[in-house]
Amino acid sequence: MDDSENVNPSTRRDFLNKLGTLGAIATCGSAACSCGSGASHEHHEVGKKVKLLSPDGEMVEIDESHLRHVHKTIGVSREEARQGIPGKKFVMVVDLAKCKNARKCVSACQKMHHVPEDKEWLSVKLMKDNEQASPYWMPKTCFHCDDPPCVKVCPVDATFKRSDGLVLIDNERCIGCKFCMAACPYSTRVFNWDEPVVSPELAALPYSPETSVPSKVGTVEKCDFCPDMVREGKLPDCVTACPNGVFYFGDENEDVVTNGDETIRFSQIIAERGGYRYAEELGTKPRVYYLPPRDRIFPVERGLDGKSEELKARYKDILNPGKEGV
Amino acid sequence: MNLNQKQSEALKKFAPQIESFSRPALVWVYFLLIPMALAAYALYIQVVDGHIVTGMRDNVVWGLYIANFIFFIGISYAGAVISGILHLLNVEWRKPIIRVAELITVIATIIGPIYILLCVGRLDRLHHLVIYARLQSPITWDVFAISTYLFGGLLFLYLASIKDFAIYRDATELKLQGWRRRLYAALALNYQDTPEQKKSIAVSMNLLSIMIIPLAIIVHSVLSWIFGMTMRPGWHSTIFGPYFVLAAIYSGTGVLIIAMWIFRKVYKLTDYLQDKHFINLSYIMMTLAAAYGYFTFSEYLTDWYSLEKWNGEVIAKLFDLKEYGWWFLFANIAGILLPILVVAVPKLRQPNIITIAASLMVIAMWVKRYLIVVPTLESPLFPIQDTRTEFVHYSPTWVEWALTLGGIATFLLLFTLASKFMTIVSVSELESEKHA
Repeated sequence: MDDSENVNPSTRRDFLNKLGTLGAIATCGSAACSCGSGASHEHHEVGKKVKLLSPDGEMVEIDESHLRHVHKTIGVSREEARQGIPGKKFVMVVDLAKCKNARKCVSACQKMHHVPEDKEWLSVKLMKDNEQASPYWMPKTCFHCDDPPCVKVCPVDATFKRSDGLVLIDNERCIGCKFCMAACPYSTRVFNWDEPVVSPELAALPYSPETSVPSKVGTVEKCDFCPDMVREGKLPDCVTACPNGVFYFGDENEDVVTNGDETIRFSQIIAERGGYRYAEELGTKPRVYYLPPRDRIFPVERGLDGKSEELKARYKDILNPGKEGV
Repeated sequence: MNLNQKQSEALKKFAPQIESFSRPALVWVYFLLIPMALAAYALYIQVVDGHIVTGMRDNVVWGLYIANFIFFIGISYAGAVISGILHLLNVEWRKPIIRVAELITVIATIIGPIYILLCVGRLDRLHHLVIYARLQSPITWDVFAISTYLFGGLLFLYLASIKDFAIYRDATELKLQGWRRRLYAALALNYQDTPEQKKSIAVSMNLLSIMIIPLAIIVHSVLSWIFGMTMRPGWHSTIFGPYFVLAAIYSGTGVLIIAMWIFRKVYKLTDYLQDKHFINLSYIMMTLAAAYGYFTFSEYLTDWYSLEKWNGEVIAKLFDLKEYGWWFLFANIAGILLPILVVAVPKLRQPNIITIAASLMVIAMWVKRYLIVVPTLESPLFPIQDTRTEFVHYSPTWVEWALTLGGIATFLLLFTLASKFMTIVSVSELESEKHA
């Protein structure tokens, strides 16, 4: 992981946003820790100072280059990470009519979770429901099912269902049997087939199932709905990264979901727009709802504009025989 | 122990087999060490570099290893079920073959679980299976079932061998090193063939053979449920438990026939492992082939006839000659039709031909296990849409093949060593045959 990635603008924004919140203390604490741990001398000072609240409650000013991307260090205990955020029931709504395969969700997710480009916790599929139907782009996160087949089969309780609806993995308990991957009908989970590339700073971060960072060889990981962000009242990274507002995230108990720009009533949009869950017949009760791709904003081909040959090749099975439908 | 004439003859016959290693036997052992060394190296590579060295990827998360696991646990049925059932029914002709059958059970049950360990990404956390054990997981069921089964199999083999150990201990005509005689003495548990001791062994054997049959059935059912309990097309089938159990007994019978043929050839045991043993076992094999064929037909007909979307995709792969079609044909022709045909025609019903049929059948059964595992994993519900070929199609790497061959070599080596440790035909059992 190079420095430029650690000191991106969003880092600072995130960081400042955290000030004043409970989470900030823990965050600053770990930032201060890593500054003092000797890792800081690797950074070239950029001369730009940032004000921070130290764990002792003092205002301190440090060089921006010392800021590390610490979005993934929230000080909840392992016990809390297994329990979930009290009173919440997280839910996601994906508006297929707005997706044009911009892939900003994919790259944001990869960046924030420090996973390499060839590992997609969030992928965009090109779907074609029948021969007459025209293809549409379908972002696919973990569905955080209410009856998760992956959790059922885990022999060591390494993957678990929380009271707030999230399905998470404890990669310090996972034995890597991959049974959950075989059991998940949605191919959501990915495996660390070899030693993941983890920068020393990343490796120094305390692991939590809520952050999923750092990755560990021989264990399973997947989309986690960014519970550490959510705990701070922020939206998961894919939601904020999407330029078209495809993803709505919220709390089913409050009956509200938002894509950052627009906040809507969850039950209402599902009822009005014919929201559905993928493969409902499997009975897994996903927490991700899709709004059908009606009255689409973009033609499906827009999703291929400026994309690499590799990306285009992924969808050849759908695009080539289905040309007449587009 | 006093031996009757038949037992003395047998002991004399088997003396060279257990007294020492002949030169060919030594060459054979060294030969087996080659694939085992290669497998050890492959294992080292896999542990150091991670599972990236295998052909498994995010879609096909299991491959050759799991197929081998099912295969070895399957052939372990030779002893558990065949000898268990024959023991309960008190079938007289079983006596010369039970030792071989029980050895297959124990050795295969030792080798099989190694393959499931090879699928585990974090071997350093194996103890989590115990300290965090979750009863809901079929893997936990497997841990319980297989360890109990292995223990039961070992006990069954041991109980059936106590009399023999007493014979080796007392047989002054056997040229054995001191430590071996002391070992046999210890293993014989002071067995002196008193009526009381005889009765204890007979009762325990009966009890164990009653227990080992349901235990074996549980083991393979639980194994099948690793697949059956998921929602994957081609796996999520209600007949998977009995289907696997039947396949296991069937392939176990095949391996038993092959093992008998080899021992008969190598140790010249035509007097003990007679043609009738092969023919009797071939009848069992034919019956099982028919039953297995029925299960197979029923399973694939149901999937093919209704052709539900996702099942249909797996069926299409199995029937497509450009994908798994030829393998599927081979598995069904060599695995079902051939054994029935060979045994049905009286002229073909001879040890050599029966053994060839059994060998092809065992290979076909291995292929079938592969066809159960891989095509399903290559057919996820969401389209794969990946340009990395290894993520779309599974093909095993040399590491996986090396460990597969290594497992077979270990199986053969343990078998060879066992045949040097105890007579391949139970000497003590010959006594009752005479009185019968």
